[in-house]
Amino acid sequence: MHNATVSELSAALTAGKISSAELTKLFLERIGQLNGVLNAFVTVDAEKSLAQARAADERIARHEGSRLTGIPIAHKDIFCARDWLTTCGSKMLANFVSPYDAHVIERFNAAGCVILGKTNMDEFAMGSSNETSYFGPVKNPWDQTCVPGGSSGGSAAAVAPRRAPPATGTHTGGSIRQPAALTGITGIKPTYGRVSRYGMIAFASSLDQGGVMARSAEDAALLLSEMAGADARDSTCVDMAAEDYTRTLRQPWTPDGSSDRPLQGLRIGLPREHFGEGLAPEVEVAVRAAVAEFEKLGASIVDINLPNSPLSVPAYYVIAPAEASSNLSRFDGVRYGYRAPDYADLLDMYRKTRAQGFGAEVKRRILIGTYVLSHGYYDAYYLQAQRIRRLIAQDFDAAFKCCDLIAGPTSPTVAFKLGAKASDPVQMYLNDIYTIPANLAGLPGMSIPCGFGSGGLPVGLHVVGNYYSEARMLCAASHFQQATDWHTKAPGV
Amino acid sequence: MPLSPDEVRRIALLARIELSEPEIAAAQGQLNAIFGLIEKLQAADTRGVAPMSHAGDASARLREDQVLESDQRERFQSVAPHVERGLYLVPRVIE
Repeated sequence: MHNATVSELSAALTAGKISSAELTKLFLERIGQLNGVLNAFVTVDAEKSLAQARAADERIARHEGSRLTGIPIAHKDIFCARDWLTTCGSKMLANFVSPYDAHVIERFNAAGCVILGKTNMDEFAMGSSNETSYFGPVKNPWDQTCVPGGSSGGSAAAVAPRRAPPATGTHTGGSIRQPAALTGITGIKPTYGRVSRYGMIAFASSLDQGGVMARSAEDAALLLSEMAGADARDSTCVDMAAEDYTRTLRQPWTPDGSSDRPLQGLRIGLPREHFGEGLAPEVEVAVRAAVAEFEKLGASIVDINLPNSPLSVPAYYVIAPAEASSNLSRFDGVRYGYRAPDYADLLDMYRKTRAQGFGAEVKRRILIGTYVLSHGYYDAYYLQAQRIRRLIAQDFDAAFKCCDLIAGPTSPTVAFKLGAKASDPVQMYLNDIYTIPANLAGLPGMSIPCGFGSGGLPVGLHVVGNYYSEARMLCAASHFQQATDWHTKAPGV
Repeated sequence: MPLSPDEVRRIALLARIELSEPEIAAAQGQLNAIFGLIEKLQAADTRGVAPMSHAGDASARLREDQVLESDQRERFQSVAPHVERGLYLVPRVIE
């Protein structure tokens, strides 16, 4: 049962073959067996989960369930969930029991989903390896000496070994796609503004976006349909009705497509800049093979350029820390979270609280952000980075004139060893070199499993679509997954 | 342009983060390595390019200023470090 897809679980629940309480117990037991090893969850609370499951079972019995009623889901610990500890991976919030629900949590609760627990993450989502969490690193379920990626590494390490059917994640630079790639699952980050950020603890507000980590494109489509949609409480959430992303999943790309060439007419652009120096040969081999599979399904390939993409990492490491330094100023020891035990006066209280409550990487980014926003440097750094952000967005505009989707590697390498990059922030930042450009532009992006490299570690194929083209991306990914079985592979833990 | 220890101290004060002397030395090295990465921006020609402050150039929507929430002071103050009679307690700032 733990290997079933969300739609299979949904059918079993509706048919009465299993109850939500039984399903929830099954997953809680599986989490319990492994959490001491992988550290994917910060909080599990069987009593709360089972109460939700029993309510879901009653709803199903009254024939009032939706297609997600009774489905257990894990939530990244960045989403505020009422009466649940919500830590954001930080000592600063290690005692914070949220008094309210994030929009995303409200939506899944209203659909009748069961919260399986809150997943571990890099502190305040700042990291690409899950090593910056106050609650300790998460291990990669394929090889416990390796990182699962980050910042949504706990969600990835819950879904990959079938400890949660799906999980939520959030994305600022690469935080859904990179861990999805490194653990062999399907992750989608929708267009900026498609999912409300209300109650999602802010890192860099012009970039943060919620999304899904799942076993397949089909599951991701089901979940994203529930998450996306307008919310007046987030002024950047677009005023567009929710969309059912499953509706067009099995349709051919154009009406001319046949059953063996369903993607006839799809033009896939391969950015030359994403196949150059720094890309591990084993990753390139798997990605090229996946592209060939898309060709077999009818797609045509065009070479494209994203000439400003080498500037994306430097621009990102100005914009994201600048916004973070502003957002994280709220953690001052006054209204919630940690406060230092001893201090002389108010300034001293702020400085000691923040020195003790934040970890090294968070402090580093606050310091960068404070500097680039300070008097005399704003134009040279922050405004220059915003101008480059526009050039990067214009590169994508030009590329989408000659292709429908852009594909390439999600990450330059397979999962690296725990500790390998922890002491070198610049090397760590370069992990997100392929995912950051689309994020700066606000475009939707996915990672889908497409093979294995050395040590049997998964490789992810990166797919970027134009604004609001999530349904098309999921459709293409679903056809790929109908023809391949990479997404069905699970680690043997 | 490399940061000096004094500049690191000044930034840390602005950011309200206390740093010990060894932390200042470590932060100086790491911040300078990161600024080495960021410096690449300076070489790019961006004349005539308008800054992009938001993904997709989204503009914030306005809504009516209405009271939508009920009073939940006790609930929200239950997570505060120090509260007394409905007030947040901090060290004295006005003598």
